[in-house]
Amino acid sequence: MGTHSHHHDYNFNERYEFAGKAKMFSIIAVVLGVAAVAFGLLSGDHVTVERTYANLLLMGYYFTCVCAAGAFFVALQYVTQSAWSAGLVRIPQAMASTLPIAALLLVVIVGLGLSTHNLYHHWHGEGLLDHNSPNYDPIIEGKSAYLNVPFFLSRQVIFLGIYSIFAVILAKLSYKEDLEGGLTSYKKSFKLSAIFLVIFGFTTPIWAFDTIMSLEAHWFSTMFGWYNFAAMWVSGICCITIIVVVLKKAGYMNWVNENHLHDLGKLMFGFSIFWTYVWFAQFMLIWYSNIPEETVYFYKRWEPEYKPWFWLSIIINFVSPLLILVDRDAKRKQNVMLFVAILLLAGHWLDYYIMVMPGTVAEHRGFGIIEIGTALGFLGLFIFLVMSKLSKQALVPKNHPFLDESLHHQI
Amino acid sequence: MSNTKYILGSFADPDDMMHGIDKLQANNISIYDCFTPMPIHGIEAKLGVRPSRLPIAAFCFGALGTTLGFSLLYYTMVYDWPMNIGGKPSFAMPNFVPVTFEVTILLCALGMVATFFFRNHLFPGRTPRVMDLRATDDRFILAVDAKENTDHALIDSLLKEAGAVEVKYNDRKYVSYE
Repeated sequence: MGTHSHHHDYNFNERYEFAGKAKMFSIIAVVLGVAAVAFGLLSGDHVTVERTYANLLLMGYYFTCVCAAGAFFVALQYVTQSAWSAGLVRIPQAMASTLPIAALLLVVIVGLGLSTHNLYHHWHGEGLLDHNSPNYDPIIEGKSAYLNVPFFLSRQVIFLGIYSIFAVILAKLSYKEDLEGGLTSYKKSFKLSAIFLVIFGFTTPIWAFDTIMSLEAHWFSTMFGWYNFAAMWVSGICCITIIVVVLKKAGYMNWVNENHLHDLGKLMFGFSIFWTYVWFAQFMLIWYSNIPEETVYFYKRWEPEYKPWFWLSIIINFVSPLLILVDRDAKRKQNVMLFVAILLLAGHWLDYYIMVMPGTVAEHRGFGIIEIGTALGFLGLFIFLVMSKLSKQALVPKNHPFLDESLHHQI
Repeated sequence: MSNTKYILGSFADPDDMMHGIDKLQANNISIYDCFTPMPIHGIEAKLGVRPSRLPIAAFCFGALGTTLGFSLLYYTMVYDWPMNIGGKPSFAMPNFVPVTFEVTILLCALGMVATFFFRNHLFPGRTPRVMDLRATDDRFILAVDAKENTDHALIDSLLKEAGAVEVKYNDRKYVSYE
């Protein structure tokens, strides 16, 4: 025994230094984003203002989803007692720690959108519930017990508040484990994660119904929640992968090898297929039954304005991971993984674009300064906040009980 | 010349067996195979075992499933007995997708299991091929082809040096047939 125990010289106290070009880029991106949003909001043109709000909602939701996916990743690893990811977990933890800020931003966007009638005017508007008004809408009246501003906003605050609290506690417990060692933090994390996953699983579909589906309040689809969850989870995995590869290229985390990438690749591939599965399940049921109140959703997305982008989203989010990542070797190459992860992040932006725009700005949609600027701004904010969080702790949770197994991960 | 076909080093500890592989390889003695009661990470790379070709079989069975599933639907729904369902055309692609997908998965999975069983002689009713029965229990077995590697004394001493608790000289390849 012991003749082959591996001696490695990994530095478990290694920290990421967030400075130089990366920091500079993120700050410039945020400034450009703020400028683009200000340009849109101050344009004075009603359509441009609404378009800016739609973009803010899109990116605010995307940003929150990715951070929530970080919390979900952390919780999932604890509950499944996964060892492969034990050394990587600081990255999703940094994303989870950013969730409170992302959530706050989303609540502000949603609240402002409601109060200025730039978002959700389909169910929140003058005379919608008034029998004598020309705007009276009996369908909206029927839904008004659920779709009303106070209940809507409290659901947003409660759901996002709960996710944020769990996300922050899970990260804190892991930081505490670094200092104190032992199994106390791990056991507590396991229990909290199990509770979190149950809450998260039941509430994320409702959160998606509220935030995105209610933009077109007449339409409904029970698959919509899972469809959004799949998009959230794929984009979360992509963010984790990109950060891992970028850190590795910068000389950090030298213990990460092709086996860790392979597992991330399997998740990325598998959940892209899952996304397609849910997307198609929603599409096919609506196509088959052919009921006007349901088909209206796809009818709008098959207008010439949206149809090419509708199909492009399927090609990027389904066909490209299917063809590129099906090969075992592809999942083990960091440049291939980096490419697919960036492609999928762009693809899910398009996916969200197709969810949000037809129900808000419809034929006034565009792709210009406002879209690119808002996306760039949120990207910069994400990089700035997540990388700052990441730089505050060691890159490896050195007292994680499964750390050694993670370092020797082999598949 | 002896009748010994295979020399089996029997180890009680996987680390000792891994050490044994190193020793044999350092002396240019080729290893026929290893048998262990549990998977050992990294052993394939050490022995130079080629990656499994099971995924190729999986792909072929999957493609067969796609073809069969689609043909079944096309024959029944379009060619043999077209029906008006909700006013849709007989050849309506979206409703072909779920069945085609499921038949693909079904044939892929069943085909993989069948291929695995066939390749490993594990089909029900077949005698399993086992070179040392304790490899299915608590021993880690290193098998060396005795006809290819003629210096039996060296093999014996290397295996024992590495920590083999027992070295066997078998005249038959598979003990399970006896």
